Amino acid sequence: MADDLKIKVNGRDVSVSASPDTPLLYVLMNELRLKGPRFGCGLAQCGSCSVLVDGVEIRSCVTAVSQVAGKSLTTLEGLPALYAQQKGLAQAPALHPLQQAFIDEQSLHCGYCYNGMTIKGAELLSQNPKPTDAQIRAHMDGHLCRCGTYPRVMKAIKVASAKIAGETR
Amino acid sequence: MTTDIQNELPFSRRDMLKGGGALIIAFSLSGLPGPASAARGDAAGPPDPNTVDTWIAIHADNTASVYFGKCELGQGNTTGLLQIVGEELDLDMSQLKAVRLDTNVTPDQGATSSSSSIHRGGPQLRAAAAEARQALMQRASVRLGVQTGSLAVSEGVVFVDGEAGGRSVKYGDLLGDKPFNVKFTGTAPQKPVNRYALVGKSVSRVDIPDKVAGRYEHVHHLRVPNMLHGRVVLPRGQRAFGAGAKPLSVDESSIKDIPTARVVRKGDFVGVVAEQEWDAIKAARALKVTWQEPPALPGNADLFTKMRAEKTTDTVIADWGDAAKGFEGAAHVRSSAYRCPYQGHLPFAPNCALAEVTADRALIQSSTQDVYTARNMLSTVLGMPAEKIRVQYYEGSGTFGRSCYEDAAQAAAILSQAVGRPVRVQYMRWDEHGWDNYGPAHLAEVRAAIDADGKLVAYEYHGWQHGWTVTSSVLDIALQKAGIERASGSGSITVNPMSTGSMYQVANRRVISHAVPMVGYLRGAALRSPLDLSFAFASEQTIDELATAVKMDPLEFRRKNIGDKRWLGVLNAAADAAKWQPRVMGASLSNAEVVTGRGIGLGTHHVSYGAAVADIEFNKRTGNIVVKHVYAAMDCGLAVNPALVENQIEGQVIQSVSRTLKEEVLFDKTGVTSLDWVSYPILRFAEHPDVTPVVVQRMEEPSTGAGEEVMGATAAAIANAVFDATGVRLREYPMTPERVLAALGART
Repeated sequence: MADDLKIKVNGRDVSVSASPDTPLLYVLMNELRLKGPRFGCGLAQCGSCSVLVDGVEIRSCVTAVSQVAGKSLTTLEGLPALYAQQKGLAQAPALHPLQQAFIDEQSLHCGYCYNGMTIKGAELLSQNPKPTDAQIRAHMDGHLCRCGTYPRVMKAIKVASAKIAGETR
Repeated sequence: MTTDIQNELPFSRRDMLKGGGALIIAFSLSGLPGPASAARGDAAGPPDPNTVDTWIAIHADNTASVYFGKCELGQGNTTGLLQIVGEELDLDMSQLKAVRLDTNVTPDQGATSSSSSIHRGGPQLRAAAAEARQALMQRASVRLGVQTGSLAVSEGVVFVDGEAGGRSVKYGDLLGDKPFNVKFTGTAPQKPVNRYALVGKSVSRVDIPDKVAGRYEHVHHLRVPNMLHGRVVLPRGQRAFGAGAKPLSVDESSIKDIPTARVVRKGDFVGVVAEQEWDAIKAARALKVTWQEPPALPGNADLFTKMRAEKTTDTVIADWGDAAKGFEGAAHVRSSAYRCPYQGHLPFAPNCALAEVTADRALIQSSTQDVYTARNMLSTVLGMPAEKIRVQYYEGSGTFGRSCYEDAAQAAAILSQAVGRPVRVQYMRWDEHGWDNYGPAHLAEVRAAIDADGKLVAYEYHGWQHGWTVTSSVLDIALQKAGIERASGSGSITVNPMSTGSMYQVANRRVISHAVPMVGYLRGAALRSPLDLSFAFASEQTIDELATAVKMDPLEFRRKNIGDKRWLGVLNAAADAAKWQPRVMGASLSNAEVVTGRGIGLGTHHVSYGAAVADIEFNKRTGNIVVKHVYAAMDCGLAVNPALVENQIEGQVIQSVSRTLKEEVLFDKTGVTSLDWVSYPILRFAEHPDVTPVVVQRMEEPSTGAGEEVMGATAAAIANAVFDATGVRLREYPMTPERVLAALGART
């Protein structure tokens, strides 16, 4: 329909058929069939639904889809391309350096919180490529993990930070 | 072929529901050559465990599919089990693929609980793989004209040992996609441990790359055509166990403005469905239901008084020597009561399931810990024979025991049966927090004594707790049943003798379990390391008090009282990692506002051994405890994949810190009131300690569980560290600032 709401997700313009008050999360999951953003609490308490809006992390479970019309959204699926754009790389890597670090550090257990961990960690590294431990702890504090993988998220962010510094040089 | 556990069987969904699976391998379940129509997945399982084909298939491309009955819950057991099979068959990890758990396909190995995947599931798979190898070698022997004794295998290629550039044949060419037709006798020779190349090695987990990339299919990701979204409608926060939730009236007009939303009722069960997920959520929230007033709960305030006064069923768990007499001549006796709260499983993603129920068939996709038990419960709920129901496992988020996964599956099935379309149900956060099968509260009275030399002479542990549910909330409510408690026997919870003093040499020891009836309390079930965290919190503080009584270093005190080399092994491993220096606990209290402490503790679940050292920081003004570093050691016999065990140790430590410092189910006289992550806080990112995991590898010992055993040790080490820092014993957890400040205040 011509009067459909339009949003831009991972560089692609898409029309939304959901009602404007629908939280963005349900549009991303059910209309766009993305697997990155996912439901955890619906209360903006846990971070499993996180996406980037113009590079800034938001909770899609409490954000009406109408609020992001005209803005540029990046989900987990679009992180490598966003990274390439931020770094001026000719081609998007298969994975964002933080995703690769999560594999290298074998950080995950069930992996459900890693949408949020990846989005929030990538946001941190784009704003502050060399964060201190205290800065990582503070930045990531809104993201919960029930399996207890915080120490390895921490480690992976530091590994990715070093890798990104190397690529920048 | 990849090692991707997400690889689907090549069935269409419609075929699965009809029971007409695509043909993969023609074989009959008896292991005898069968008609081509008897395809894997065709008939209701479990398949015959006594035939090798049930467990392993060899493909023409020289890869293998492995069929097992243990769920990947995020603990990495898939990787470990594939390693065991790869070792026996001399296949590389890239040649192995795990098949999705499915009641029409995979064998019944019992529930994925009690850290049993490698411990109990592993030996079965190893034996099956050995049997498969034996059969392959016999075929190779015929093919190559060489006795089996002269053959060796590398990455699925059988060759004549020592014959350079000589004769060889691939497994895939010997059997490619044809059945073994070999009995699983369990007698085939297994590879000696000293020749292990893959088992004992830290290979990377097979599920992680897809999870990281966002390709992994958690149960929450499933969508099918023509599907409706469903939600349950329950009172916010469960009521007393046994009372269910009785709707006196349901005002369907209250959701008439929500497009496509409709109400489904079965017995006392109330649910809603809608075309759009957001509409289903809105409808579940908006639907006006008047619930019957429930019977009173004790609430947090009266919980332990009520439990202690209850008429209990008592079981003597251990009774060695003469405990009463042991206490008589003792030089030092310490005794105290300990209070341990209800805690929740609370998977990070509320449980979810997808069901498609037709008149005579059902396909349910769920994150159960046991597809066969799930099928039986669904059979009861749907009133449909179990063999008409197919349950497929899709991973949820970490469940740590019996969260609401059966409820979500049953709710989806009820809704689908009522509306005649596939229905996806996800619990909302308040449903999961409010209707969990909680880890039961526990009350302990511990008494222990030493002689003048610091040798333990008597030990007594009394524990009060109720049992576990064998049904589920949705089943009980839909069928209007009171719910069944398993109060005794296998699958119930009594005081664990392994966690209550068994690590020490003490001539006189008595352990008594006092079973409180669950009716009138909250619904309980196994929560990771079931009550072992509580037992260790109580028992290991008592042990530490005795060390302090004779001004002994708590490490030295434990060494003096332990005879078992494996307990000593983990104790020393944790102490060494922490560079433990002898200390008398609480002997050097500081006047500073922020003080530090260090503690040590032991614990287990069933068979493996756990030890931990914790360093904490305590703020006397705020009452806040920060756990800075935990050194935790585990001996689980042969660690099939030490990296998996390290990761499990880390997860257990973080979860134990969370449970010891923060977690408590809140409830009043009516029901549970902690319904989200604010009212039920867990450890946050900024609060997490560093963790140093230590795996005590014992290649010569059988593998035992590794998913639960350092939780208790960690809790005990933290509690002992709090005493070290403050000179005060905390006898109740979670050790919240309010509780710590109250305990400090009581001292002065």
